[in-house]
Amino acid sequence: MRLLLKGGRVIDPVTVRDESLDLLLIDGKIEKLGRTLTSTSVEVIDLKGKIIAPGFIDMHVHLREPGFEHKETILTGCTAAAAGGFTAVCCMPNTNPPIDDESVVRFIQNKAKVALSGLVDVYPIAAVTQGRKGEHLAPLAELSAAGVVAFSDDGDPVFDAELMRRALEYAAMYKRPIIQHAQDLPMTKGGVMNEGFTSTELGLAGMPPIAEDVMVSRDIALTDYTGAQYHVAHMSTAGATELVRRAKARGLNVTSEATPHHFTLTDDAVRSYDTNTKMNPPLRTREDIEAVRKGLQDGTIDVIATDHAPHSYDEKQVEFQAAPFGIVGLETAIGLSVTELVQKGVLSFYQLVEKFSVNPRRILHLPQIQIEEGEPANLTIFDPLAEWTVDPSTFKSKSKNTPFSGFRLTGRSVGVINNGQVYWS
Amino acid sequence: MPLESRHLLGLQGMSQPDIQLILDTAISFREVLERPIKKVPPLQGKTIANMFFENSTRTRFSFELAERRLSADVLGFQASGTSVAKGETLKDTARNIEAMKVDMVVMRHSASGAPHYLSQVINANVINAGDGSHEHPTQALLDMYTIREKLGKLDGLHVCIVGDIAHSRVARSNIYGLKTMGAKVSVCGPATLMPRGIEKLGVDVYHHIDDIIPHVDVLNVLRIQLERDAGRLFPTIREFHNYYGITRQRLERSPKPITIMHPGPINRDVEISADVADSEHSVILQQVLNGVAIRMAVLYLLATRN
Ligand SMILES: [Zn+2]
Repeated sequence: MRLLLKGGRVIDPVTVRDESLDLLLIDGKIEKLGRTLTSTSVEVIDLKGKIIAPGFIDMHVHLREPGFEHKETILTGCTAAAAGGFTAVCCMPNTNPPIDDESVVRFIQNKAKVALSGLVDVYPIAAVTQGRKGEHLAPLAELSAAGVVAFSDDGDPVFDAELMRRALEYAAMYKRPIIQHAQDLPMTKGGVMNEGFTSTELGLAGMPPIAEDVMVSRDIALTDYTGAQYHVAHMSTAGATELVRRAKARGLNVTSEATPHHFTLTDDAVRSYDTNTKMNPPLRTREDIEAVRKGLQDGTIDVIATDHAPHSYDEKQVEFQAAPFGIVGLETAIGLSVTELVQKGVLSFYQLVEKFSVNPRRILHLPQIQIEEGEPANLTIFDPLAEWTVDPSTFKSKSKNTPFSGFRLTGRSVGVINNGQVYWS
Repeated sequence: MPLESRHLLGLQGMSQPDIQLILDTAISFREVLERPIKKVPPLQGKTIANMFFENSTRTRFSFELAERRLSADVLGFQASGTSVAKGETLKDTARNIEAMKVDMVVMRHSASGAPHYLSQVINANVINAGDGSHEHPTQALLDMYTIREKLGKLDGLHVCIVGDIAHSRVARSNIYGLKTMGAKVSVCGPATLMPRGIEKLGVDVYHHIDDIIPHVDVLNVLRIQLERDAGRLFPTIREFHNYYGITRQRLERSPKPITIMHPGPINRDVEISADVADSEHSVILQQVLNGVAIRMAVLYLLATRN
């Protein structure tokens, strides 16, 4: 590999850089960095107007393999990630078998290594409890040694407070966060959308926002008591955002993520009974969207993660209440974030790079990527001004379940570079 | 003027002239039901499938009778549970039935929005015979017809719907329809059976039945789902009856007679006492008869729309 990237705007919060620079990449490394580089026998790529950032990581992805290969595989998921501008993903453990044993971790690692020749780093997140059943702790030490970066029973909460306390204590010994899908179960039993005026009109069973708030509140108390590390997955309510804000102010090791759909759509979108508007946590209200945006702006919410949850066409072609929760997100994340956050003045591009690269790596204790001479080239390149229309039929993901079909977006991935591999979108 | 929509999915958003048209058309069919020969020919050659994914003997009979009175060919389909439990999806079931050249589908389903979904995947006219906790438009139409028959008008009347508003499709359709026709609507029940934001539909919310009874012209008393709600959403059936049950004693405190309605089937002496259900102010059996006429009107208007 010999590439000369000309004229791109390099934004690297780690080296505190935001300037137009040329990058000479040779054999997967940043050979040279400078104002106007020239070199012989290299492929020259004009990146004027494009942004070059440390590789983006989506820390909340459902790759579905093993067990649900009709929805997504490690290969198709990694391809969707690359197409969407990510050089790394964390995959959630609600597979079959679930990631609650070292052997499953190895299986995923081996598949990821050969998928796209290792272009996309896959960091497994293992289950907190055996079989994700919420009864007994999974072998957290063995799983940490095998390379998992965090623990979560995502899809379900760790509901038992005693077990959650022990999980936090145990995982903290290995510097791993517990990522909580925060949802009080009895309060949301049978629920299929946000509880509010819209659910009342549609006659659909509601999941009240307080079901998320009470769980986050409990978990913050447990984090305080144990001194452990806690991360809120897909935070969607104004109440939970405020709780995390206060926990951070008190110095607790509490972090959070938000998804593009939760800062873009309200539960009004459900009026069509379109099953692609059904996800968990559900789409909330305008006030919640404003709170999530404010949280992203003031740092209460550290990370943008997609909760990429592929489901096959047939699985979603049913009545609303019978449809599975979840939507795909990898290939619309940059577009929605630029359109809804940067263009609306919520975040700068610099902050966007922090949410997509620096902060998730900090939370997961992964080494930071630096755009610096001698460093490996792990880069996300995106066009901040590209205007495009979402067409699910062009998705690389095996599944097309998105509520954003036909949306006009600004901002799109141009390509990614990692582990000596290059992918142009 | 034909109906605006080729489906009857709900009364939310249905125009005042459309509701008026259905109610007025039902008058002539109601008259047919009084004749010695209760059959008329307008739907001859039309095929209607009744797809009931939820048990409901009375609504199914009412639709079937309406269809046969209009000389339509009738297919019955009874299943239970959601598509997932059944193995075949709703879409496949509907498309198979449509492949037999069915003109209209009447559907009852436990999932809110199921008829809306159906109307997107098949070409036949879809009539919602009750979807989850969402809407039950023909029930509300027959309720309005019955009120108009008894009290001569809808405009300016005060109707109170009593009981489990949260899980009631009858309540929602009645609220939409009655508001459109100019009635005042209140709802009454324990806070735990009130759906969030219901007041935004333009209804007044009451928790104490004796506060509202003196002010209303009509009480529409909903059926309480005994097996589902007791113990979690309200304490006991006895307490519910004591605090919300419509009894003669309660009604006597009203200065004027109140028309009593119930969509059936009744839990006698739970939400309504037996003597009230059978009293001269009860129109519960008229509702049943009018239901056939309303369904005839809806089927006729949709079938002859083109
Ligand atoms: Zn989750």
